[in-house]
Amino acid sequence: MVEAETLEERIRQGVGDVSHVVVRDLTGTRDHWEALIVSGAFSGKSRIQQHQMVYAALGELMAGPIHALALKTYTPESWSEQEG
Amino acid sequence: MEDTLRDRIQGIIDSNEVVLFMKGTKHFPQCGFSATVVEVLRRSGSDFQDVNVLEDPAIRQGIKEFANWPTIPQLYVRGQFVGGCDIVREMYDNGELDAVLSPES
Repeated sequence: MVEAETLEERIRQGVGDVSHVVVRDLTGTRDHWEALIVSGAFSGKSRIQQHQMVYAALGELMAGPIHALALKTYTPESWSEQEG
Repeated sequence: MEDTLRDRIQGIIDSNEVVLFMKGTKHFPQCGFSATVVEVLRRSGSDFQDVNVLEDPAIRQGIKEFANWPTIPQLYVRGQFVGGCDIVREMYDNGELDAVLSPES
């Protein structure tokens, strides 16, 4: 299990240049999470590389406390398009 | 990770055009995320090889290090890591998956 604040903090620190991050507990058990992240650090990176950056930021949390993590990653540009 | 395990993983990936490392089997997925990718592949008409990591703890751990990707399922097409559940589902939704799966690409 992990707390939402911990997740957000680790993502902000580890990914960097994060302009928007929303984490959501999918099951109420604090181990199945969804995270939406907007960061300039994703620019020029493939989707896999973006997700790997997030996994690297979360490090050991991914080896137990977090059982599942659904990721939605955007650059500031693709996020503004998404919002329409 | 010892070379023998790395070689074993590489061998599985190289000898199957489409291979899904998953929890359970294509007929009996044992995890929601694995089941989602199985369904997406089935709808895409892909005759993929499934590898049940629950029956092979060495592969289960090794594949995470192999792809620098901490979760299962993991999809590989023609030796390339394509992604986990999120990415494969997103690719299916926006039509990218068919392009990746078709031999001409």
